[in-house]
Amino acid sequence: MSYIIEFKHVSKSFGRHKVLDELDLQIPKGRITFILGKSGEGKSVTIKHIMGLLKPDEGRIIVNGVDITDYTIEQLRDYRKGFGMLFQNAALFDSMSVGENVLFPLIEHQRDKMSIMLERVEEVLTQVGLPNTQHKYPPELSTGQRKRVGLARALVTRPKIILYDEPTTGMDPLVSEMIDSLIVQLSREEQDLTSIVISHDIKAALATGENLLFLYKGKLALGGPPKAFKESTDPVVRQFFAGRVEGPMEFF
Amino acid sequence: MNEVAHHPLLNLPYRLITAVGSLILRYLREWIQFIEFLKEILVWSIKPPYRWSLLLSQMEYIGNQSMIILIGGGIAVGAVFGLQIGSIFRVFSAESMMGAVTGKALCQEIAPLVTTILITGRAGAAMAAEIATMRVNEQVDAMEAMAVDPISYLVVPRFLASLVILPLLCAVFIFVGVIGSYIAGHFLFNIDEGMFMQKITTLVETKDIWRGISKAFAFSGLMTAICCRAGLRASGGAKGVGIATTNAVVSTLLAVLAVDVVMTYFQVIW
Repeated sequence: MSYIIEFKHVSKSFGRHKVLDELDLQIPKGRITFILGKSGEGKSVTIKHIMGLLKPDEGRIIVNGVDITDYTIEQLRDYRKGFGMLFQNAALFDSMSVGENVLFPLIEHQRDKMSIMLERVEEVLTQVGLPNTQHKYPPELSTGQRKRVGLARALVTRPKIILYDEPTTGMDPLVSEMIDSLIVQLSREEQDLTSIVISHDIKAALATGENLLFLYKGKLALGGPPKAFKESTDPVVRQFFAGRVEGPMEFF
Repeated sequence: MNEVAHHPLLNLPYRLITAVGSLILRYLREWIQFIEFLKEILVWSIKPPYRWSLLLSQMEYIGNQSMIILIGGGIAVGAVFGLQIGSIFRVFSAESMMGAVTGKALCQEIAPLVTTILITGRAGAAMAAEIATMRVNEQVDAMEAMAVDPISYLVVPRFLASLVILPLLCAVFIFVGVIGSYIAGHFLFNIDEGMFMQKITTLVETKDIWRGISKAFAFSGLMTAICCRAGLRASGGAKGVGIATTNAVVSTLLAVLAVDVVMTYFQVIW
């Protein structure tokens, strides 16, 4: 199995609080990987390291075989063009219409003919089930629709890696199901697309994830396919997956 | 012995020095970070991509949409200042000098300062609030994730638009201020129109206008940089947006007054 992202002994502290503690992890190429863990375990910090938005205090980060740890701001800007990211609240620009939101990364980076770019916008909006919505503005959309527009914006530049930051948090079960199905559908449609999902949703992780990474105390407590988690006898893993308050897991 | 050394009264000078020292260090750090921010704005101002449509829309927002407030403010300030000066000069039967003195004061001091205060209240506060809202709603993070520099996209168009528009607004303020002063002089002190204009052209020099315009230019850059920086540093939801906006306005006004003192000093001694 080839890995697209590797963390080698990555540590990161904020003040006295060590969030990542010599973390080693690998994310396989072309698969759906879920990063799991309770709040404050460093899931978002991990994703920010992948995006180059944070630098580790120690350790190396290898992406596509290239060490990005010491990239300059200019190098990072180019590097980030290969990613798409869906934010927790979609983070759409309120002052722009749906069409302009999705067009934004294309205008900034690809600068093709406008007709080609608009065609691509229509294509991805159809892909996420929102055709002919270009003229609408974010406040006119439901939470689920905003998420899907955010997903269209993440997809529009045809990235090889998509990061989903808690895509179903705060959503009703139907919208959650729809977003999960979209993640799977996109992963099947786009060749070699690597999807990295930060989530608390254990059910979705077991149902749609092909590779799961469970973080605890800044380290990788367990990594592998869903089957490994279902069969795990580790008391911390069992407690998290059972959603129990009683157990060895520490709460802050 | 140890108890004596830790007595609160004996510790007082030490604590005072530590507090003053850390305060000075904090302000120094703030200034260094602000200068670095300014440097980044300047670098992005000359570096592509050039966002012409954003620049034009900001110019329209800062300039065109502020015009009514500015004209109203200019006439009122000119008239009030004219009234005050006229009533003093009347004692010496020198009311005819009212227009010239008002014009000189408007050009050198009042117009750049009041224009900046008005535009800070209207456009500067809006800049801080808009960018702060984008920051707390992760829109700025989204921009960074899409490999777009927020300084290049959000700050530079506002900065350049302010640099162009504020000096022009200052010139408009001078013009309408003089009209306000003329209205007050003509109707309350019966000053002749020809006399009013003749005194202005005698006393007010071109360099007075340039002094005011150059101040407006400097204040505009300062205002935009402070307001945008406050917005980008916002955190913590709606309360954070409020704090950022208040900080932006207060810091801009204090900084503008401080820079005004320095610029006036150099303009006077040169």
